[in-house]
Parts: sequence; C-alpha cells; structure tokens
Amino acid sequence: MNDITESRKPPVATTGILGWLRMNLFSTWVNSLISLFVLYILFQFIPWILNWTIFAADFKYNFNGEEIVNREMCSRVLDPENGGACWAIIYVRFYQFMYGFYPREEVWRVNLSYLMLAVAVVPLLFDNFPFRKHFLKFTYIFPVIAFFLLNGGLGLESVSTNKWGGLLVTLVLGCTGIALAFPLGIILALGRRSNLPVISMMCTLFIEFIRGVPLITLLFFGMVMLPLFLPEGIDMDGLARVLVAVTLFQSAYMAEVIRGGLQAIPQGQYEAARSIGLSYWQMNLKVVLPQAIRISIPSIVNTSIGLFKDTTLVIIVGLLDLLGIGRGALADTTWLGLAYEVYFFVSLVFFIFTFAMSRYSLYLEKKLKTGINMGAD
Amino acid sequence: MRSNLNFFSDEKFRSIFFQTLVIGLFALGIYFIVQTTGYNLEKRNIATGWRFLSDPAGFDISFSPFINFKSTDTHLDVYFVGVLNTLLVSFCGCIAATILGFLVGIIRLSSNWLLVRVAYIYVEFTRNVPLLLQIILWYSILIQLPRVKQSLEFLDIFFISNRGIYSPRPVFETGFSYVFIAIILAFISSFIIRRWAKKRQDETGKQFPVLSSSFGLIIILPLLLFFIIGSPMSFDYPALKGFNFKGGMVIRPEFIAMFLALTIYTAAFISETVRSGILSVTKGQREASASLGLKKSWIMRLIIIPQALRVIVPPLTSQYLNLTKNSSLGIAVGYADLVHGFGGISLNQTGQAIECMVIVMATYLTISLTISVFMNIYNRSIQFKEK
Repeated sequence: MNDITESRKPPVATTGILGWLRMNLFSTWVNSLISLFVLYILFQFIPWILNWTIFAADFKYNFNGEEIVNREMCSRVLDPENGGACWAIIYVRFYQFMYGFYPREEVWRVNLSYLMLAVAVVPLLFDNFPFRKHFLKFTYIFPVIAFFLLNGGLGLESVSTNKWGGLLVTLVLGCTGIALAFPLGIILALGRRSNLPVISMMCTLFIEFIRGVPLITLLFFGMVMLPLFLPEGIDMDGLARVLVAVTLFQSAYMAEVIRGGLQAIPQGQYEAARSIGLSYWQMNLKVVLPQAIRISIPSIVNTSIGLFKDTTLVIIVGLLDLLGIGRGALADTTWLGLAYEVYFFVSLVFFIFTFAMSRYSLYLEKKLKTGINMGAD
Repeated sequence: MRSNLNFFSDEKFRSIFFQTLVIGLFALGIYFIVQTTGYNLEKRNIATGWRFLSDPAGFDISFSPFINFKSTDTHLDVYFVGVLNTLLVSFCGCIAATILGFLVGIIRLSSNWLLVRVAYIYVEFTRNVPLLLQIILWYSILIQLPRVKQSLEFLDIFFISNRGIYSPRPVFETGFSYVFIAIILAFISSFIIRRWAKKRQDETGKQFPVLSSSFGLIIILPLLLFFIIGSPMSFDYPALKGFNFKGGMVIRPEFIAMFLALTIYTAAFISETVRSGILSVTKGQREASASLGLKKSWIMRLIIIPQALRVIVPPLTSQYLNLTKNSSLGIAVGYADLVHGFGGISLNQTGQAIECMVIVMATYLTISLTISVFMNIYNRSIQFKEK
C-alpha cells in the first residue's frame, strides 16, 4: 500500500440473479424506491386485470350456467362485486364484427377473400418465401378477384357495400388505400422532384395541402363535396367516396416517404443511368426507384400503420367499420353499458394488426442494416 | 437541319409541351368541375356565397370558455368558438404531451429495468390503438362518473361528476391589470437578462443565475404587487342548486377526454423521438465531457440535450402538427371544435358544404403553417452554428 492508492472494497457481484437485481432494480436508493413502488402497483393491477378479463369473466354462459342473451344475465350485472367482463356481447355479435351485415348465405365469399388476402400478402412480405415469384403473380390479380368476389358480378349475386361492415370494411379501406396510394405516391414523389417547374409546383401544392388538413375534413370532402363535383348519372356509394378521400390522403404521405428514399440515392446513380443512355422513365423505373423504394419500405410500413388506425375515422361519416359495429352494439338496449368489453375487443384486434406491422417494419430495418439483398426483384 | 418531327427529341421543347399540356388539362378539369357543381347546386336549391355567415346559428354550444355563445349568434361566431376550442385543446395537448413525452423518453433510457418495461408497454399499447378509439374510451369512462348530486368533492371547492370538473372561477377586480402588466414586464426583462447573461458568458466566462433570477422576476414580483395593492381578485365558488351547479368554472368531460387522449397518444410518439434523439448523441461526447470533469447534471444540460434537441425538434414539429390535426376528432364525442361546430352543425343547417369545407380546410392550413413557421425558427436557433 502506498500513498497514492487506497484499499477498496471488492466490487459487488454483477452476475447471477442477485447481481442482476442489484444492477437493474436496486442500483441506488432512488431506484429501489421506484422499483418497489412500481412492483406494488403491478401487484395490485395485474391480478385485477387478469381476473376481470379471464378468470371472473363470462364467455358464453354466466356463473349460473345460463347462456347469456342480454346484459341483465351478465355475472357482472347480477353480482357487481365478483363478476368480470361479459364477453358474451362479442360472442353474440361476432358475425357483425367480422362481416357487418353481409348476407349469411354469401359469407363464404368474404371468408375466401380473407384467405386469399393472406396468400397474396405473406409472400409479398418475405423475400425468402418458397415459389415467391409465382405467388406474386397471384398478388397482382388478387384485387380484381376480391372486387368481384365481395361486390358480386360475373354470376355472383351482387352485395351492396352498405351491407359491408366490421373487419371487412376496415381491411378493405386499409388494403385498398395502401395499394392505390403506393403508385400514386411514387408519381407524386417523382413529380415533386421533377425539373419541370409546373409539375413540381403542382405536386408540392397537392402534397402540402393534403398534409396540412386533417383526414376528417377530407372524408367530409368525399362525403358532401364529391357528389356535387360529379355530373349527373355518376353515383358513387359511400365506401367508394371514402376510398377516394383515404387514397388521396395516404398518397400524399406515401409521396413524402418515397421522396425521402429518392433523396438518399446518390447523384452518381442518376448520372450513371443517364450516361448509358437511359431515358428519364427508364432511369427511374430500372435504376433509381428500385433502390429508393427498398430503403423506404420500413417508413412505408409505418405510414401504412397510421392509415390502418385512421380507417376508424370513417365512423364519423357513417360507415360501420370495426369500431362502428362496436358502437352499434353498445347502442342496442339489450347490451347497454358494456362499453369496456367492446372497446377492449376492438383495441385488441387493432393492436394485433398494427403491432404485427410495426414488428415487420423493425425486422426490415434490421435486415436493411445488415445489408442483405431484399425486396423488389 | 431540323424538321418539325425532330422537335419532340428536343428537351426544351418537350418540357414546355408537357407543362402546357398539364396546365391545359388541369384548367379543363377545373372548368368541368365548376360547371357541374354550379348545375348540381342549382338543381338541389343550395344557396351560394358567404351571406350565411351572418345568419343566426340557432343552436347552442355546450363548451365555449372564451366567448359567451348564445343560439341567436351567427355562424361566424360558431366559427370563432370552434377555432378557439381547437386551439385550446391543441395548445394544452402539445404542452402536456411534450412534458409526458420527454419524461417517458428519459425513463426508457434509465437504468431501472422495471420502469423501462412499464414505459415500453405504455408506448406500444397507446401507439398501436387508434386515437379515435382512445378518445371514445376516455369519454365513456368520464361519463360513468357519479351524477351531479353524488359528485366527488375535494376541499369543498372542486366537484367531479359526469358533467365535468367544477372549480372556483377567479374574478378579476379593478387593479388586477397592474399585476398582469407586471407579469408581462417580468417576462420581457427576464428575456433581456438571459441575452445579456449569455453575451457576458461568451465574453468573460462568468455565469449568471438566469433561471433563479427569472423565476423570481416572473413569480415573486407580480405576487408582491398583488398583495401590495390589496389582492384585487376573488373567487366565484360553484354551488349545487337544483340539478346542476351554479357559478364557478366548469371543464366539460368532452374537453377532458380529448385532452387526455391526445396527450397520452402523442406523448408515446414524442417519447420515441426523444429517446432516439438522446441515443443519437455519441458515447464519446459523454465520455469527453466526463473526462473534462463536468458534473453529471451539467453533462446532460450542456452537452447531451443541446445536441439531442437538433435531432428531436424536426419530428417534434410534425407531432405538434399531428396533434393539432387530430384535435378534429372531437366530433366523435361532441367537443365543439372547428370541425364539429362549424364544419358539422353549421354545414348541415345551411347546406353550404363547399363554403364551410373551404373555410375549415383553410383554417387548418393556416394553423399548420403557423406552427411549422414558428418551429422552423426555433429549429434554426438550435442547429449547429459554425463559427
């Protein structure tokens, strides 16, 4: 021991359970206090929520073993002290949540569309999917098949869109909005970066206008103004009018995301493409866009999540999406007052979709960082 | 030699040709829309023009904290009430969301594993559930509070019921304007002190306690003045009369639901930008400042936050814009904002959809533009300046 060093205590263990606890929960006394407080809250909250949603909840039968057909038979109404959630409202209305008021004898068409949607989308998302090339051919023709299948025509009985509802409307709005906005967004992004001042100015004005106003005003625009703009004889139904608004809205956001990707492409790529004699469109379609879209896919997925959540806004203009069906169920006097069950269920459905999409976007980002070749080939 | 056919391979000609074509098609489209719209409006007997703005509205607005609105007031008044309500909930939401967002963002980088997990779950759940659903959920919780007769009381002056929160209303008496002027003067002088202190520090290196001196100026000076001139303010307390409260001030459940949902939803997004902003400051910066001997709190204040802000402010701006635009969802719970009051009820009563929607959209564009201009000025002030 000399005078410039001092004897110190041995360092505390940082491995094992105790070490982990000490490092992550009780490193300082403030941290310990916070940890204990959070633990206390969690111990109060988690058993309560589990009890409410699962253990004390009614699914189809109440605690007397009777099948629940109205709110008076819910355990929670019979015995407010012990009863949990009354999921019977979801059980009874499940058909509406999934298909709206689609005729029961035609419902196989919706089910088939759901199935085909999965077949069309999954190979698109994963580039190591077996026989991806052949599946992608199906993806391109899927919108046409789905349109005739859901809407009717070609020998199938026509089902008017005002009978559509629930998850069907949510998915139709989300998927169609994203699918139509993608090419429109590319055109707008190219237009905004164009050398032609008129085109660039018009695209910029359009994008900034759409991004400056709330979606709800665009939906109102589609609902109350669009019919005034159209000549007599052209009659669009509610769903189509909303789709126009949603597509315009999404295309502006998509354009900004793709423009971000375009800006990230080094100038040399443009120059190289030009110097081998490619035209403007050849340069963009064969050289620039494939690279730009590839790097902007995570952001495209993120704006798509936003759109998927924003489809709920259509209830304000009177369409019955998942949330709309939920509110309809609550307005029914036989089920009055079961708001938490309905909103919980609707949130859960949205959460599953959007959480999966956000995980996918993270997966893509990671993949992009490691530089593995992926996407548009 | 050039023939007419070769004109098309001339880039200059092609560019002019295409642009003229686009302008022509655009003008043609506008012309057709104007024609059909005029015809449609005439056929449906819908009036045009701006005269409806001075017609009496004929409906009541439940929440109008700034203007005393009566049903005999005009549609133009409905518009102003709507704009003020939109601005009110957006302003309160932006401030609360910033505070909560920064808090959660910092928590997510803390060393407490449990707290980090809880913050993560909060962020994931609120980000992945539609905002409209959250607004409706908060509203349905708030209207299940006890009725007015059984309202929860706090200190006998605050009453919470399904009609909202009733609290005492401050009544300003003569002489309060002096206090108000003092507050404004205090703000201006503390701003001047800040600039002077910064200049002095740049020149001499001496520091001046700016924060505590401005605090003293803004809080204590007006407070002193307030008591010296004999407290020119009293409170109007709410009291239960019949089926409802009389007097006092009320915050409606529609506003609370909007405020809570917007704040909690946007804060989740802000926390992510804050987190990525702080993470973007490289480890070397922290180590370098530690090796200079700076204290931990000073490292955060002088080194990390100024650099993180450069990354945080641009996405923060778009979050503010989103929050303001999302405040239009008030229509779902009956919050009398621009879209609900003017774009909804007035539109339905007058039938003048085009005029109403043009005004509503133009207003939102103006608000968005104003926010981005101010945030861009702020952004420029914090960006890295090379000397």
